[in-house]
Amino acid sequence: MSPTILLSLTAVATLGALSLVLAALLVGANRRLQVYEDPRIDVVDDLLPGANCGACGFPGCRSFAEAVVKGEAQPAGCTVGTDAARAAIAEFLGVEVGAQVRRVARLACAGGRNVARMKARGVGLDSCAAAALVGGGGKACAWGCLGLGDCDVACDFDAISMNVHGLPVVDEDLCTGCGDCVVACPKDLFSLQRIDRRLWVACASREAGDEVLEDCEVACTACGRCAADAPDLITMQDNLPVIDMSREPSRVPIERCPTGAIVWLDPDRGLVKGSAAHRVIRRGPLPLSPT
Amino acid sequence: MGHRGQRSFRHGIHPPEHKDETKGLAIRQFPFAPVLVVPLSQHIGKPAVPVVREGQEVVRGQRIARADGFMSVSMHAPASGRVRRIGLVPGARGQMVPGIYIEPFPGSTQEVMEGRPCRVDEAEPAEILAAIQDAGIVGLGGAAFPTHVKLSVPEGKRIDTVVINGVECEPWLTTDHRVMLEQHDDIFMGLRYLLRLTGAERAIIGVEANKLDAVEHLRARLPGDLPVSVEVLAVKYPQGAEKMLITALLGREVPSGGLPLDVGVVVINVATTAEIGRLLPHGAGIQERVITITGPAIRDRGNYRIPIGTPLRFLLDTVGLRPDVSRVFLGGPMMGTAVASLDVPITKGTSGVTAFTVAETGPITSAPEYPCIRCGYCLDACPLFLNPAELGLLARNGAYERMAEERHLMDCFECGSCTYVCPAHIPLVQRFRVAKLAVRRIAADRKARGGEA
Repeated sequence: MSPTILLSLTAVATLGALSLVLAALLVGANRRLQVYEDPRIDVVDDLLPGANCGACGFPGCRSFAEAVVKGEAQPAGCTVGTDAARAAIAEFLGVEVGAQVRRVARLACAGGRNVARMKARGVGLDSCAAAALVGGGGKACAWGCLGLGDCDVACDFDAISMNVHGLPVVDEDLCTGCGDCVVACPKDLFSLQRIDRRLWVACASREAGDEVLEDCEVACTACGRCAADAPDLITMQDNLPVIDMSREPSRVPIERCPTGAIVWLDPDRGLVKGSAAHRVIRRGPLPLSPT
Repeated sequence: MGHRGQRSFRHGIHPPEHKDETKGLAIRQFPFAPVLVVPLSQHIGKPAVPVVREGQEVVRGQRIARADGFMSVSMHAPASGRVRRIGLVPGARGQMVPGIYIEPFPGSTQEVMEGRPCRVDEAEPAEILAAIQDAGIVGLGGAAFPTHVKLSVPEGKRIDTVVINGVECEPWLTTDHRVMLEQHDDIFMGLRYLLRLTGAERAIIGVEANKLDAVEHLRARLPGDLPVSVEVLAVKYPQGAEKMLITALLGREVPSGGLPLDVGVVVINVATTAEIGRLLPHGAGIQERVITITGPAIRDRGNYRIPIGTPLRFLLDTVGLRPDVSRVFLGGPMMGTAVASLDVPITKGTSGVTAFTVAETGPITSAPEYPCIRCGYCLDACPLFLNPAELGLLARNGAYERMAEERHLMDCFECGSCTYVCPAHIPLVQRFRVAKLAVRRIAADRKARGGEA
């Protein structure tokens, strides 16, 4: 054999032996160091929407998938995905879908620019949080919605839009109940509520008496008529009616409300007020309060 | 660094001082407003609990609310009169807070009710601490942090130096300047309490070089038995910030996220010290404070001793406001905040009221913001050596958590130097305030959800 052929054969043999040894090492390492992960987690994760919104209470879709596979959560815990996706997960794992009533964001304020006064004009960053940090923002009502749309920006699902009066409107079909708007609102006006609980107090003012109407025409004056008409459903706390959300709501309490602060959120007609509430027909914004 | 013999810190800015307008004017007593509004939470911490009822007559200096726990201080009646209502009152930050409305009697005197005195040579440190809380004393420089909490030294920590903050680097304000000139005895008496309480070896009074008359005044009257010196600091903003002051005077650096206690120091505002020395020997409580009312829109500028709870509207009516006023600030133009309503009262944390006309603030619109040109002026201005340019970009994108985790956002104490120097008019400190609020809210939300799961 020529030396050239011998040399190449040696090279092939050496490298071949080396690769065999290394392969053996890798096989051994794979056997010894392997971490078992339930393959179903990947499947469930793929079936989830991948929004990582946190509405389920878990840090992201993956950790929710792990919990579902372990049986610590039900597929219905994901409120963002479709019914079909939830059913698919349940069928794949052979578990119940679980019952969970959808929760949506509700705003405890109805004081748009046409009914609620501003006491100062805001200059500076176009953000509720920034405005709230400077003297609480310009709204005459200390609790009211500032209308600069931090919630609109925070919503990843386009479920919130600002209406002409500077109030956020939640699209119940698009809202996934992730709670980003709850964190974003510096006045703490958003909360997540069951979608079938349609009786709602659209006011957060803790002041009592008719003086509050100078600041906002649709404010709760803490007259207590709603609580008197439906004592098992409503209690007065801190000058505001508090609805017992564990009970089936009724339309009785809204009937005698003089300002329309307690409302019925009709899926088709929107905010429905009682017959005693004065009608707001003003379209333009109110002027600044005199100082 | 500053001139010879003047200590300072690195970075910072030099805004126009505007101290000449009021620094020569002696402190004047302010009249009582027809109704005084006393919020129960004028300090950082839990609101006080009222100990009076509606309709009750109170005497000036009488305790009307007691401290609710350790992170809380007492409140005292700012005037002799009648408690008209206990309910919600407008707070300085625009929110409605629990408070007490007091209607002073016509012709109510300035006489103050006194309580059990706390004598400096007899009292134990714990008694002095309790007396400070009882007197309702909080940081009068503007932070309104309960002073007794600041002075409580945890086990294993030691304070070797008490720093008295007489810097007053905020433009326009001359409150501390006048207090140093007129209340030297109170300051030295307060120092005696502080030294006895903390067991510190020495005290340093730090004063900015634009108040040399106060330096000479104090130096000429230093009691021989007190280990205290008066040091001159270069005129620079924010020289009066706690961390900057410690670095300038002692060359020590307070660690990120730490307290002055970590380097054996406690910093107390000079007006707070004077209040301790004025009130404790008589067992009295804070019922008024010295405030500079100034600015181009004020007619009768000056330094006033104002009852706590005086509504801004009454205050401005009394000193006279020019009709072309455009903005009113609680505090000075750098650290103060504009008020949204003139119904807010003067609280313990108000160190000044400044009002500006349209000529200074310009028309009420937002200034246009230009893109960051990476000039780095803000880096040279930030006294904490943060990177405001980078933080500003992150804030614009809403990356608040990254700002906190990677860029030390929470160390920012909102001095506003970065915004002041920014040639692109980027509202940096405003964004940082929003970012800090967001970081706190996200953390609270996470905690709440963690509790649920």
